[in-house]
Amino acid sequence: MDWMKILGTIAGIMMLVFLWPAYKHWSQHSPKAQKGDWASVILALGAVVLLVILMIASVR
Amino acid sequence: MNNLPREGNINMNRYETVATGGYQQAASVNKVLKNTYILLSGTLFFSALMAMLSMALQVPPITYMISVIASMVLGMFVLPRTANSGAGIGVIFLITGLLGFGLGPVLSLYLQLPNGGQIIATALGGTGVIFLGLSGYALTSKRDFSFMGGFLFAGMMVLVIGMIANLFLQMPLLSLVVAGGIILVMSGFILFDTSRIIRGGETNYIMATYGLYLSLFNIFISLLQILGIFGDD
Repeated sequence: MDWMKILGTIAGIMMLVFLWPAYKHWSQHSPKAQKGDWASVILALGAVVLLVILMIASVR
Repeated sequence: MNNLPREGNINMNRYETVATGGYQQAASVNKVLKNTYILLSGTLFFSALMAMLSMALQVPPITYMISVIASMVLGMFVLPRTANSGAGIGVIFLITGLLGFGLGPVLSLYLQLPNGGQIIATALGGTGVIFLGLSGYALTSKRDFSFMGGFLFAGMMVLVIGMIANLFLQMPLLSLVVAGGIILVMSGFILFDTSRIIRGGETNYIMATYGLYLSLFNIFISLLQILGIFGDD
């Protein structure tokens, strides 16, 4: 349905307009990452990826 | 010699002031965290009730899109204006109730799949494990994850552009990539939001609940999508 695509596009553009000021604020005012900060994020997100793979294996 | 005790008293008073200030801040942070988790539990329960209601009423699939747009409008324009008053509680329940109501037809579609029940249960359990694991990690690691702000909002904008593109392109691989990206970005947002609450960056528990609820909702929807694609023979 074309009007669903139009609605979805409007919602997406609204979200982009809403996200832009937040992105600008955080890209300018975010504190710098300390040593080991990114490693801890990658560790946590790696665990999430592993969990998703396990879930996919469980439903196949 | 006479000055020493006075200086000592002054230092002691300073120490007490600092200690009291620190204690008050810690108490305030704990209060925000506790209220956030209580409100999050309430909104999740209410969403589940609304999802069951919409499933029972067998509302059409378009309800999902309408409820997402209505809740977005409320979240962008009404919630920030009411979050500092009691009306904010009503607005957050309205938003989460709408999202839950919109979820009903999506769940009904998944239940029509041969292993739909298993997919929904796995996605629900997985969302819970991801949330509890990441929140626990942010609470116990004591790291400040607010440095991720710029990356998370940039990632979110890229994903929204991907979602808009896929409305027209209808590519299964792109929808899979976007769903996977949403899970990762929302997981990052759980770390970011929890870290901000415990460091006093977010003092409004209604806005904190809204952020965490959206992360959970998006992770659940994306897991459903991924498990639906891979679970289908």
